[in-house]
Amino acid sequence: MEKLTVSAAPHIKSGNSTTKVMLAVILALLPTTVVGCVYFGINAVLVVVTGVVTAVVCEWAYQKIMHHKVKIKDLSAVVTGLLVALNLTATTPLWIVALASAIAIIIAKQLFGGLGYNFANPALVGRIVVTLCFTGETSNYLLPFEKAVDASASASVDAVSGATLLPMINAGEQLPEIWRVFLGLQGGTIGEVCSFALIVGGIYLMATKTISKEIPLSYIATTFVLTALLGHNPVYSILSGGLMLGAIFMATDYVTSPMTKRGKIIFGIGCGVITALIRIYGSNPEGVSYAILFMNVLTPLINSATMKKSKFAYHGGKKEAKK
Amino acid sequence: MGAFLHTVKVAHFKKTATFATKIMPTPKTVLIPMLQHIGKACTPTVKVGDTVLKGQLIGDSSEFMSAPIHASTSGKVIAVRDVLMASGVYAPAVEISADGLDTPIETKPIEVNTLEELVSAVRNLGIVGLGGAGFPTSIKLNPKNIDAIDTLIVNATECEPFITADHREILEDPDDIVEGIELLKKLMGISRVIIGIEENKPDAIKLMRKKAEGRFEVESLKSTYPQGAEKVIIYHCTRRRVMEGQLPADVGVVVLNVATLGNIVRGLRTGMPLTHKRVTVSGDCVKEPANVYAPIGARIDELVEFCGGYVKTPTKLIAGGPMMGKSLSNGRHPIIKSNNAVLAISDYLSFSPDPSPCIRCGRCLRACPLSLMPTVFEHAYEEGNFDLLEKQKVSICMECGCCAYVCPAKRPLVQINKLAKSALRSRKK
Repeated sequence: MEKLTVSAAPHIKSGNSTTKVMLAVILALLPTTVVGCVYFGINAVLVVVTGVVTAVVCEWAYQKIMHHKVKIKDLSAVVTGLLVALNLTATTPLWIVALASAIAIIIAKQLFGGLGYNFANPALVGRIVVTLCFTGETSNYLLPFEKAVDASASASVDAVSGATLLPMINAGEQLPEIWRVFLGLQGGTIGEVCSFALIVGGIYLMATKTISKEIPLSYIATTFVLTALLGHNPVYSILSGGLMLGAIFMATDYVTSPMTKRGKIIFGIGCGVITALIRIYGSNPEGVSYAILFMNVLTPLINSATMKKSKFAYHGGKKEAKK
Repeated sequence: MGAFLHTVKVAHFKKTATFATKIMPTPKTVLIPMLQHIGKACTPTVKVGDTVLKGQLIGDSSEFMSAPIHASTSGKVIAVRDVLMASGVYAPAVEISADGLDTPIETKPIEVNTLEELVSAVRNLGIVGLGGAGFPTSIKLNPKNIDAIDTLIVNATECEPFITADHREILEDPDDIVEGIELLKKLMGISRVIIGIEENKPDAIKLMRKKAEGRFEVESLKSTYPQGAEKVIIYHCTRRRVMEGQLPADVGVVVLNVATLGNIVRGLRTGMPLTHKRVTVSGDCVKEPANVYAPIGARIDELVEFCGGYVKTPTKLIAGGPMMGKSLSNGRHPIIKSNNAVLAISDYLSFSPDPSPCIRCGRCLRACPLSLMPTVFEHAYEEGNFDLLEKQKVSICMECGCCAYVCPAKRPLVQINKLAKSALRSRKK
């Protein structure tokens, strides 16, 4: 009885915790991680392990060196490391994977104040830096089961070998059937190819209310409509490249996306517009990373422009004078 | 905004709902604070050495916002001193050594035929809001715009976890409530009366529907927190919004807690002022959780002792519910009129502050019944951005605790809101 805790109400808490939120994201990423590892083999497994381990070690080391409380148990570094790996190809040299994770954790996250204070999605920054610095090493796209396909396949498959769909869409080439693309039988990074697995993860996150639907839906819908208007096949556009991974898992990062419903919709539309424009008019076939990064930077502005207004209060105007 | 305000799902823990109220014997001494209501503290009207009877006036105030205080037992005044209240302020208190006889003052039924008579009787009976807030009831019953009042809401939601005192009030004294409704309808000229009960009390809803016979409405409300907050229950029962700076009367509504209403009726019937009240003693550390009819001024330790003592050491002792109650540093605090529960909870249930950084998930925004932005308040308060605090209306926060409850980073959001509100107030002066 001598040691009663005195603190402000409320005295009970929901079961929510940052760790549980991160765990939910990791669980939701498992389907696409497993599919990626099956499709791209042992190399993919090594990339994932390297990405995650490096991220966690960097976080631990930074917090140790800076005499911060070590908080790797919140699992946020695991999420970042996993997303870095899923955003890279299975053929990426492991030292580049490690570098991407280190940049994500140390530069994009910790130097800006750590969890909750970074202005840009750390995993995206890591990916963008290494793909720009080591374009050759990071853009060697494989098709799933490439060796097996090589041995048994006909000439038509050879034509797409080693490339993602996006340049083929731009070039107006013959595209594989939609169901194959949907299941991830296309070139790409480890985590982006299988829309089906990504959507399963997304549904899980929405069902558990870990993320809300506004950003993914407005992002994907905007890309769909805009690419259709600009004369591309919209179905291929949303199923290929990093769109699903980006819309469901990267653009929805709490810290770097707006908080209100309206803000989220603006954010999603912005991401969709930039993605479509880069894909169609840019020199780079893929635009998801840059689109999200650009909208990350706009997030504080969107937040202050979309503040909620309580219906139980007067907000300027005549009524206020009545008080 | 849809048809309902944002609320949160909280665990109910209402295991005492089926437990009949136990009457607690008067302890050896009672400590009766002079501040058991919102407003000004009373001045003791007795001095050390005086002999008092149960129901005798021992503290009064000439202030408008106040309610008199009465002795809860007979005996001798042994001390008049300042005590630290659960709310953190000091107030004078009268300590009475009970003579064990509980000799009451002479009383006779009070007849009220007009609203003025009712208001004055309710004040003299020392009745305040028993739902937790302690707002002097006589003031509530006497709004300036009495002609504009068309609705009485009897608040029996009892949305805080653990507490079942109001639930027992309905089950054990339903006729008092019906009588009270009839009386207020007549004297206040109110046409519409709604008794709002959360759907986790189906037996109470059924009983009240049976008793209503078309004289009043029984509204079954969703069991979500804070369904019983005044602005929330008014909105859900009438779709009227009590705006910033307004009182319920400004939208034509009077809200009374169900136990408050029951106590008005019993007070009028007997003439005996409020000396005892129904308190739920619960939590995972209490051996035999119960609804206790306790004398005001009995120590919290004594209530727990009456319920079999502790089965394990609590980490928190709370006066009131777990969402809005006050955590206490010791069990020597007395029960006051506005206490409806005493909770002793362990680590397993209670949360001690250990915040991690805000991850801006926005859960607090989706939990706030008034659609405020708690995380924005927190950042603004830390930055000293008072203009933003004012613009985003931190002042209307009712401190219900939904934001802090859902926060995965366990940020002390309500505490920050309180600090921000008082900072804004002192800045305006």
